[in-house]
Amino acid sequence: MPSTPIKQVTGKGVYVPGDDIDTDRIIPARFMKCITFDGLGEYLFHDVRKTESGEDKKHNLNDPRFAEASIIVSGNNFGCGSSREHAPQSILRAGYNAVIAGSFAEIFFGNSTNLGVVCVIASDADRATIAQAIEANPELEITIDVEDHKIWFGDQSVPCEIKPGARDSLLSGNYDPLDELLEGSADVAKTAGALPYMQA
Amino acid sequence: MGKSLFEKVWDAHAVRQLANGQTQLLIGTHLIHEVTSPQAFGMLRDRGLKVQYPHRTFATVDHIVPTNEAVEPYSDPLAQGMIEELRKNCAENDVTFFDTNTGKQGVVHIVGPEQGITQPGTTIACGDSHTATHGAFGAIAFGIGTSQVRDVLATQTIALNELKVRRINVNGTLPPGVYAKDVILHIIRLLGTQGGTGYAYEYAGTTFDNFTMEERMTVCNMSIEGGARVGYVNPDETTFEYLKGRPYAPKGAAWEAAVEQWKSFASDADCTFDDVVDIDAAQIQPTVTWGITPGQGVGIEENIPTIEDAPTQSDRDSVAEALEYMKFEGGSAIKGKKIDVAFLGSCTNGRLSDFQEVAKYIKGHKVAEGVQAIVVPGSQVVAKIAEELGLDKIFIEAGFEWRAAGCSMCLAMNPDKLVGDQLCASSSNRNFKGRQGSPTGRTMLMSPLMVAAAAVTGEVSDAREVFGFATANA
Ligand code: SF4
Repeated sequence: MPSTPIKQVTGKGVYVPGDDIDTDRIIPARFMKCITFDGLGEYLFHDVRKTESGEDKKHNLNDPRFAEASIIVSGNNFGCGSSREHAPQSILRAGYNAVIAGSFAEIFFGNSTNLGVVCVIASDADRATIAQAIEANPELEITIDVEDHKIWFGDQSVPCEIKPGARDSLLSGNYDPLDELLEGSADVAKTAGALPYMQA
Repeated sequence: MGKSLFEKVWDAHAVRQLANGQTQLLIGTHLIHEVTSPQAFGMLRDRGLKVQYPHRTFATVDHIVPTNEAVEPYSDPLAQGMIEELRKNCAENDVTFFDTNTGKQGVVHIVGPEQGITQPGTTIACGDSHTATHGAFGAIAFGIGTSQVRDVLATQTIALNELKVRRINVNGTLPPGVYAKDVILHIIRLLGTQGGTGYAYEYAGTTFDNFTMEERMTVCNMSIEGGARVGYVNPDETTFEYLKGRPYAPKGAAWEAAVEQWKSFASDADCTFDDVVDIDAAQIQPTVTWGITPGQGVGIEENIPTIEDAPTQSDRDSVAEALEYMKFEGGSAIKGKKIDVAFLGSCTNGRLSDFQEVAKYIKGHKVAEGVQAIVVPGSQVVAKIAEELGLDKIFIEAGFEWRAAGCSMCLAMNPDKLVGDQLCASSSNRNFKGRQGSPTGRTMLMSPLMVAAAAVTGEVSDAREVFGFATANA
């Protein structure tokens, strides 16, 4: 059963500066002692937002002007580190459904796409322009056009990149591959049958 | 034209092409642990699905197990809940579970090879980014997210894009005091933390030919720190020798047949690679990270870089952020940084040979005052053999704590954590902000012997000097 196709994502933005934002920063391991993903949103970027004594740090993520944001704008190699799906799950559950970055770590990118979290790549200069525009006007509406490879904000637009496979999956609503994989079960048995180590 | 091991294994496991162009790839061996599997089992239950190939699914518990309480219930009820959930899921689905009472429990990437489950020419997946460790055997091993763990449980396959292959040749003999850990830290320093994105790394050259399996595992383990999801070494006699007689290795006539088949998976001499990098082993130094990504490393004789020396604005920002977090001054020597904690363990360097090497040198030395030094064997099997060899006594005598098997302070999901901004000399694989359990805790990655040198001197030191290597500074 395909999900709803994702052709565009529209929302307000928040700028999370820095390259190599790793998965430990997105969701520190100590919040992963759980057997469901429910409630993870609360801990998104916990140590980026809070001091050790639990007070809010000065950060865009704590700034009420950006409280309604649903699109994250960040640096290069976003999501590097662990394969933990807790990272995109916490992003999704905290109310964000897209990330614009300079590049993405591969496992994070795949995990996000499977969940329908849209990850697009824009140049350093274009992300800086978007970040400035958000800072100048937090109410600014941003639209990521998955079909057209464009990010619109106000009356400006910049190009963005999205991997062709991920783009197709989002546009067709088949970003969760489980049903398609299940359909292949006869072929799977055939492939497994030819491999000695797969035999019971 | 010949094919690489990656292509051969991929082709043997490719089931079909999916609508979006990805490949449905058969995952021969699925390894699971308590952190990234419970949600996947939950999703399975929600959809009324069963584990499709339970005999190819193996579980262990590693991230949350305390290393200093043997008896359940653990003092952390969340940890207790997680181990119980895994027990239940494995029992309900007929999955083999190397539980804490089996004598086989340990870090998933140590248990798989140790039991002989990890074999050449196979595909392996685990909800853990260090799954590339298993590539040391000539397997194609992927770290996957929890939705993909669900996919493998339900179908024994995942949807994937084929990777390019970069061959990394390291040739020559490593200088004394330079280890496999230094090789991979050097590679990451050279190629960057995202240099491997889209690639599988094939590690080759005479240095790798001469490496033991444990050394190969140390390098493959950290492929992901260089951005590569997959890393592998072609199987050879060293590989077969290691596997022979292990519990899950083929036996009798099946063994001979398996070895023949395994050999056929090795990259052909005439295959081409998407990229080739050559490294001279003699140039590699004992390497230590000074920053907050594994690529931020320097040789022990070098100074920490300055902000001004960084080539681009974004590099300058990264150096500035790392220096601020680590509380280090740009341009200062890496040597002499005072440490608070020394951690020996993890799936990178928590194997028998790591402890044997350190034990050889620390006799007669004492952990410096004010330093907490802990040794955490990567598995119960490692712990048992080490104890039979008396290594535990050597460590304890030198002032280290000898703990039970687990991930421990590699990511501090159990009670072993840094406190405040403590600085830790660590044999693990990640130095991210907050990685070792304190949001302001600081990690410096290095080889096990360099961790030991830091432990006994109380500061980052050149192990070759501390332990009297004849060739130090020669
Ligand atoms: S030892 Fe560290 S890196 Fe390895 S599996 Fe455990 S937490 Fe992950």
